Amino acid sequence: MMRWLQRWVPSGRTLVTSVPYLWLLLFFLIPFVIVLKISFSSSQIAMPPYVPLFHWASEKVLQVQLNLGNFLFLVEDSLYIKAYLNSIKVAAVSTLLCLLIGYPIAYSMARSSTSTRNILLLLVTLPFFTSFLLRVYAWIGILKNNGLLNNLLMSLGIIQEPIQMLQTDFAVYVGIVYSYLPFMILPLYANLEKMDLTLLEAAADLGCKPWQAFLRITLPLSLHGILAGCLLVFIPAVGEFVIPSLLGDPGMLMIGKVLWTEFFNNRDWPVASAVAIALLLFLVIPIMFLDRAQNAEQAEGARK
Amino acid sequence: MATSPRATQQKFEPWTDPDAKPYVRIEKVTKKFGDFIAVDDVTLDIYKKEIFCLLGASGCGKTTLLRMLAGFERPTSGKIFIDGVDMTTIPPYERPVNMMFQSYAIFPHMTVEQNVAFGLKQEGIAKAEIESRVNDMLQLVKLGQFAKRKPHQLSGGQRQRVALARSLVKKPKLLLLDEPLAALDKKLREHTQFELINIQETLGVTFVVVTHDQEEAMTLSTRVGLMNHGEIVQVGTPSEMYEYPNSRFVAEFIGSVNMFEGKLIEDEPSYVRIECPDLEAPIFVNHGVSSAPGATIWAAVRPEKITLSREKPDDADNWASAVVRDIAYMGDVSIYLLKLDSGKVVRVTQPNVYRHADDRITWDERVYMRWHASSPVVVTK
Amino acid sequence: MNQERPWFRIVSLFLGFAFLYIPVASLIFYSFNASKLVTVWGGFSTKWYGELLHNQQILGAAWLSLQVATASATLAVVLGTVAGLVLARFGPFKGRTLLSGLTTAPLVMPEVITGLSLLLLFVTMEQLIGWPAGRGMTTIIIAHVTLTMAYVTVIVQSRLAQMDDSLEEAAMDLGARPFKVFFLITLPIIAPALMSGWLLAFTLSLDDLVITSFVAGPGSSTLPMVIFSKVRLGVSPDINALATILVTIVTIGVIVAGVMMTRQQKAKERDAQMALAANQQMIESLKKA
Repeated sequence: MMRWLQRWVPSGRTLVTSVPYLWLLLFFLIPFVIVLKISFSSSQIAMPPYVPLFHWASEKVLQVQLNLGNFLFLVEDSLYIKAYLNSIKVAAVSTLLCLLIGYPIAYSMARSSTSTRNILLLLVTLPFFTSFLLRVYAWIGILKNNGLLNNLLMSLGIIQEPIQMLQTDFAVYVGIVYSYLPFMILPLYANLEKMDLTLLEAAADLGCKPWQAFLRITLPLSLHGILAGCLLVFIPAVGEFVIPSLLGDPGMLMIGKVLWTEFFNNRDWPVASAVAIALLLFLVIPIMFLDRAQNAEQAEGARK
Repeated sequence: MATSPRATQQKFEPWTDPDAKPYVRIEKVTKKFGDFIAVDDVTLDIYKKEIFCLLGASGCGKTTLLRMLAGFERPTSGKIFIDGVDMTTIPPYERPVNMMFQSYAIFPHMTVEQNVAFGLKQEGIAKAEIESRVNDMLQLVKLGQFAKRKPHQLSGGQRQRVALARSLVKKPKLLLLDEPLAALDKKLREHTQFELINIQETLGVTFVVVTHDQEEAMTLSTRVGLMNHGEIVQVGTPSEMYEYPNSRFVAEFIGSVNMFEGKLIEDEPSYVRIECPDLEAPIFVNHGVSSAPGATIWAAVRPEKITLSREKPDDADNWASAVVRDIAYMGDVSIYLLKLDSGKVVRVTQPNVYRHADDRITWDERVYMRWHASSPVVVTK
Repeated sequence: MNQERPWFRIVSLFLGFAFLYIPVASLIFYSFNASKLVTVWGGFSTKWYGELLHNQQILGAAWLSLQVATASATLAVVLGTVAGLVLARFGPFKGRTLLSGLTTAPLVMPEVITGLSLLLLFVTMEQLIGWPAGRGMTTIIIAHVTLTMAYVTVIVQSRLAQMDDSLEEAAMDLGARPFKVFFLITLPIIAPALMSGWLLAFTLSLDDLVITSFVAGPGSSTLPMVIFSKVRLGVSPDINALATILVTIVTIGVIVAGVMMTRQQKAKERDAQMALAANQQMIESLKKA
């Protein structure tokens, strides 16, 4: 009798696995399906403000109204395409800048003595724990026309008139690089810290100059960390909303802002959904890349 | 030490007794990981109170076999019986088997006492009894004064004893040890080897040990099972494995050996002669050999069975001449590497019997080797 | 070898950390500025702190944010630990790739997408089954948990991968069933990782703006939402005061963590010495035996 019952009761493992699984399916995956569904709907003045997709025409026939108009709209109105491309460009440039600034920092941290390293690690994560929003806000005070930077430059006599820095693309780049820098430094540091320093000693022993050793040994070995860091910055940066809103020009085209505006200002849920789906489709590939890289890193770590 | 524990060794040979029932029976066990066959159709009997060593190089399947005994891996096919009960599918927490892990696996957040008591707590034994059993065991492994310490306050050797105590306190039917001495430094290893044997004799537990170190296997075990590529190649007592290897692989794995390849030229029930292209004279062996006529066979001669002299021996059963190429002075013995005229190198060990030996055989000398007719072991594979 | 060209290290570290900390420092500095024009110094004053502590809107939002953060961090740790355990210890199983993806994606998914999708889910669910009724604390907590559990999973998964799993096997070998093994052995050993996971989830929840904006109802304003609506209009010194308070709390926390870590390090060194001495003792005693 117990045997028969056991066939139906899931094993302990299955039960345990299903808890986070069901949560994520319900609250992460299914929402995307719903976004997809609504992106095919059209706006109407109601609550919720969209036309239902499925419609019982009569007792037994289910009528499906698929409105591809939203997606066509995205393609036709150049605003959206420009916004997508601009977002990708801004994210890519920011990622590159983050890498150029973050790599030396991560490298120097990894090559410091053990006790220094721990302190530096704490120092890098500290800003991470203070509010993201407030740190972006800080830049408003620094970049505005009578802000810290302009005042400093004027008092030093370098410039006579304040330079317009706030509400420019420049400010957005600064903001993104600043906010996402820890996301670049931490994976790079984790990777560089694990590197076997005797490899460099062997290289020196064989006649390699320090900068050559860096290019030929350190850099290739840190590729994993570079990839992880870049993806951790690029993917969320594409859809950034807060930084362009607070620091950028109001007319700056970023897809995150566009989505927000469609949703909150225009109350057009279906178009907002279509924007989200298009963005999601673009990001699926980098996300899969990241997942693969994480798994590979885990597997490598476990083998050692 | 009063009586040497090994003195009782000679009488302990349950595997020769036809009525003895094996305590552990591994029956046609195979384990596959995908396409890779880790353990290939192994059948093995282990008797009560044995110290049985699974010996082999890394990747030969010995650890997988051990883990199947413990319950951490399930055989792809075959059965495992412990004390007559089919344990093949029983999970590790329900087996009367305990394991000592290579990394010792001492719980870092518990004291020595708590570690040792852990298994007893799982059995639901009364607190007072747990305390007394833990104390007794800690005394046995000489860790009494360290009971309240945490693992990282102990040395490697002490942690090993904690692992041992923790497993043995449960009075398991079978204790499995995974490379027990690998992490210890040399001096400690020797001491611990004998201590392990003592403890095993005192408690009467059956041990199955996995090791890649053949010296360890020879010292510890009542019997050795040599594995290669997932198969058991030979099972026997240490002296059997050493003096009567059944193949080249076994002869070369255990200790050093000189292999002479040749063909039978005389094949009688009480003696054989083997023609060997490397030697001037054929090898004379004073026992019969079962081999296909004309097949290639090998005569294995251990280095310590060969003696050296400057003069050609007249009445030797076996002799050969060679030039001394290398000498390694090891203190108690000297190892000579001699080059035959054919180019083959022969290894000979000689004890350094005298302290001053001004006329010891030296480099580039031409010397003569001799060995007794009973020394070679003839193997056909 | 480590000492080659220390100037490069020192300069890059100095510049790097200056870049990271000057904005924070400027926030703190100007919170004591008597003048409302944040960047024109008008004398030292703490009046903005006073104003802050009387601002009901901010205080109410802060209280709500704290409640949400505590609840969601706790729930996130539970779910994230289970997910991390499954991914690290359960080996390959059907649907593993999907789970792995589902636990990585929230880490990088742009918040506008997650926020929008969650809101649409809640609306649909309300239509279908009547729950959740309206948007409020419940929906915010659910959203935060979904986002932050990904971080906890990553932390727990990597900690478990580092851990010697023969410890768990040893416990099973000694008679403990898998459930007990988790609570008696695994959990105590990974506890520090769970702690840092909780702190991380707490911080992320406290700080979240975009997702919260989507799923919060009319009556619930979290602290970031209030801050955002204020700073959209320009600089505001009471926000500087708030920032300073937050930074102070975090700094104290980090210093405490640092001190604890150093203490632990020292204790480890002492223990290692003890072990070395114990080794000597043992070799001596064996020689006598």
